Amino acid sequence: MQIVDRRLNPGGKSLANRQRFLRRAKDMVREAVRNSAGERSLKDIERGGEVTIPASGVKEPHLRRASGGFREHVLPGNKEYLEGDTIPRPQGGSGGGGSEGSPDGEGEDAFRFALTQEEFLELFLEDLELPELAKKRVVEGDASGVRRAGFATQGSPANVALGRTMRNALSRRLALRRPKPDELDELEEALRTAEENDPAEAEALRARIDRLRNRTLRIPYIDPIDVRYRQFEPAPKPIARAVMFCLMDVSGSMTEGMKDLAKRFYLLLHLFLRRRYKHVDVVFIRHTHEAKEVDEETFFRSPETGGTVVSTAFEEMIKVMDARYSPADWNIYVAQASDGDNTSADNDRTAALLMGRVIPACQYFAYLEVGREDDGGPIGFMPRETELWRTYGRLRAEEPRLAMRKVRHRKDIYPVFRDLFRKGAMEEAAK
Amino acid sequence: MSAVRDDRLLFQGADWDFDTLRRIHDACGEIATGELGLSLYPTRIEVISAEQMLDAYAANGMPVLYRHWSFGKRFARHETMYRKGFQGLAYEIVINSSPCLCYVMEENTATMQALVIAHAAYGHNHFFRNNHLFLEWTDAHGILDYLEFARGYIMNCEDKYGEAAVERVLDAAHALSSQGVFRVPRRRIPDLASEERRERERRQHEERIYDDLWRTIPGPRNAPAAKAEEARRRALLQLPQENILYFLEKTAPRLRPWQREILRIVRHVEQYFYPQRQTKVMNEGCATWVHHRIMTRLHEQGRLTDGQYLEFLHSHTNVVFQPTFDDPRYGGINPYALGFAMMEDIARIATAPDEEDRAWFPGLAGCGDAEGALREAWANHRDDSFIAQYLSPRLMRKLRMFHLADDDREEELRVNAIHDERGYRRLRRALSRQYDIGHVDPDIQVEDVDLIGDRRLILHHRVLERQLLEPDEARAVLQHLADLWGYGVLLREVDATTGAVLREHHAGARPGIVE
Repeated sequence: MQIVDRRLNPGGKSLANRQRFLRRAKDMVREAVRNSAGERSLKDIERGGEVTIPASGVKEPHLRRASGGFREHVLPGNKEYLEGDTIPRPQGGSGGGGSEGSPDGEGEDAFRFALTQEEFLELFLEDLELPELAKKRVVEGDASGVRRAGFATQGSPANVALGRTMRNALSRRLALRRPKPDELDELEEALRTAEENDPAEAEALRARIDRLRNRTLRIPYIDPIDVRYRQFEPAPKPIARAVMFCLMDVSGSMTEGMKDLAKRFYLLLHLFLRRRYKHVDVVFIRHTHEAKEVDEETFFRSPETGGTVVSTAFEEMIKVMDARYSPADWNIYVAQASDGDNTSADNDRTAALLMGRVIPACQYFAYLEVGREDDGGPIGFMPRETELWRTYGRLRAEEPRLAMRKVRHRKDIYPVFRDLFRKGAMEEAAK
Repeated sequence: MSAVRDDRLLFQGADWDFDTLRRIHDACGEIATGELGLSLYPTRIEVISAEQMLDAYAANGMPVLYRHWSFGKRFARHETMYRKGFQGLAYEIVINSSPCLCYVMEENTATMQALVIAHAAYGHNHFFRNNHLFLEWTDAHGILDYLEFARGYIMNCEDKYGEAAVERVLDAAHALSSQGVFRVPRRRIPDLASEERRERERRQHEERIYDDLWRTIPGPRNAPAAKAEEARRRALLQLPQENILYFLEKTAPRLRPWQREILRIVRHVEQYFYPQRQTKVMNEGCATWVHHRIMTRLHEQGRLTDGQYLEFLHSHTNVVFQPTFDDPRYGGINPYALGFAMMEDIARIATAPDEEDRAWFPGLAGCGDAEGALREAWANHRDDSFIAQYLSPRLMRKLRMFHLADDDREEELRVNAIHDERGYRRLRRALSRQYDIGHVDPDIQVEDVDLIGDRRLILHHRVLERQLLEPDEARAVLQHLADLWGYGVLLREVDATTGAVLREHHAGARPGIVE
């Protein structure tokens, strides 16, 4: 008898099969993942987790009998029945169901998948793209690597480029007409036959062989001038980095529900940027009639009162941009959320700042107008266009980088997000 | 319990190490080979974790298996069930191989390890080694190597022809896997030497019985040529053929060699599991009876404490619990319960029979050698024959069995037989049929091929008791079959008694597997 301890064996033996299964069910899982976005809080989305798909899509068919026909069962636990008794047929399922336990795959109604965070996000953000993705590649101090830089005549023996060296040697030997070993062998052979028959010819051959031998000695097989070394040089590695400006109106008219909608949008955007860029900075700027850069907690939590002057937020943003995030070095994304209020006198200034400073500096500007769920009004009423919507609407025609959407309900966030970032969305807007 | 350390005890407390396992194994071995007379393959005990147990579940318990998404699906389901607490994990898994592999879980207590070692390493092991079905259909020495080969071969195919192409063949083969076994041993194809010998013997025999008189007797008129042609075709294609995968492997016109080999692998694996499906009750009954016997003897010898023995009994009674039919927990007859009860019953009839037993089991009753009688039963039966042979009236009364007939043309179910004098034999026959795999599995055979016309493959399902196939699934399977065959396929459901065609399914080949 042997005892083997298998516990230390590498786990995940089923991983390959699991991935195949996942790939097979991918369409359904993708659907489930996207539907789940409406129900979950965004923190959970980032963590991955379980989704449910219908079992029918991954069925393995087998030839088996359907119910019906004449069947017999032997059952244990008779209490009162006598031979010849009749029993009403049980409703729904076989109360007397002695049929052998359901074979593999039957009787399950849905399938649960536990997805890792990576798998989840992959499916979640699949086929979205960042507009103007990584147009600016910048040098980040801490990252450097080496790259090939051709061949050199000097270097360490470890880096000898054999192929190149041999090629040089060959061309040199050809050019200087170094005698080939085959040629010498042939002459030697000829010499041997000549020595027996024709002494004069033998003499001539001998002289020729000597000449060739000398030549062979003078022209080496590999010469130091043939040798080449692979050359490497340190090169800074370009890393694309991005900063995301979150602008939000926090004046009294913004309710908690609206802020929640905005927050969801920001989180999605952040998630998305993080997958595309190695470094993503986030700057939170909130404004009432004056704007301030704050940390995340304050941004979403602490209430504020005051009027609404949107241009202050842009001014604050430009200040931060000038101080820390030069448009030459950073990919800049701006997401603005607001209920659409603005002081009427400020509209022109807002538009000027937006077109003059903000949009030229950034890759993408998304304006999200949040509303209350019950804001729709009676059917048939055109909802009032807000100040900001009108202002931005005029500018949109000339500027494809400006995108705007309205959101009223949690479940709209993800579709709107997908709509903004789906492949080709920018090109369409440009037309 | 006394605080004094008792030297006879196999172990103390719940913890165990490899020495404990070895001690348990050896102590069980003394009883198993000494008192019970079991003969065994060498054993290899492998300690595994819960996650590895889930892995093993997904691969039907096999330590190596080729890759396919369906195993991933199985894994996902078991994992969810386990995580949610709907399902505990098995304490062990045992593989019919030589050496016999027993996986034991690391979470088991020492008593549980003793139980599973007695159960798997002795009970199942003996059954695998001695039951005629396993000897006939499986090759315990070669199976692990074969699986290793299969895995490697299929991986190679994936490299050469792409995962998708291999997956399509495997999907189709899996759909037909239950039609990929031989149910009766095949005639071996004779070699030249034995053919010549037979020919010689036949000639000698003819010479010996030659009588010129026979020549004068008018013979039957020649059969029509078409009949002869058909007979020749059927003989060539070995029709009718129940093993559809075998038939495809040998005769499908457009498969490539590697695709045939994959069909072969799938049917070999299926054939390997075929005996297990036919011996659930016996296999578990044997193992349960053996572990019960060994643990009881260990306790009697003072090598288990009372507490440990009670812990064992607790697990044991859970395993052999049989809910009655009206209990919400009822899910069919528990093979452990029925098997164990029958083994106990056989032992009782052999040693302490009553009048009824003598009348029902004249050969067995009172023979005195319970172990011998059991060993014989384990070696020579499968579930249906075992029940038909050994289910006693006393056990039917004890389990209060009754026989229910469910005819979909009638309003109500009818009780056909109960555990009384009139019912015993009918009850026993019905239960035996319930375990007869020839009766439970639909009987589907390749009937003919239209070689001259459109090469359509024709299959027949012999319909018993009007039990037709599930139409949706039948169509899906038929589609897979047509894809492999490369031409159209027709499945006729034919009533077994009247010969009337009840339903037909068609499928045409899609491109994908064959070009």
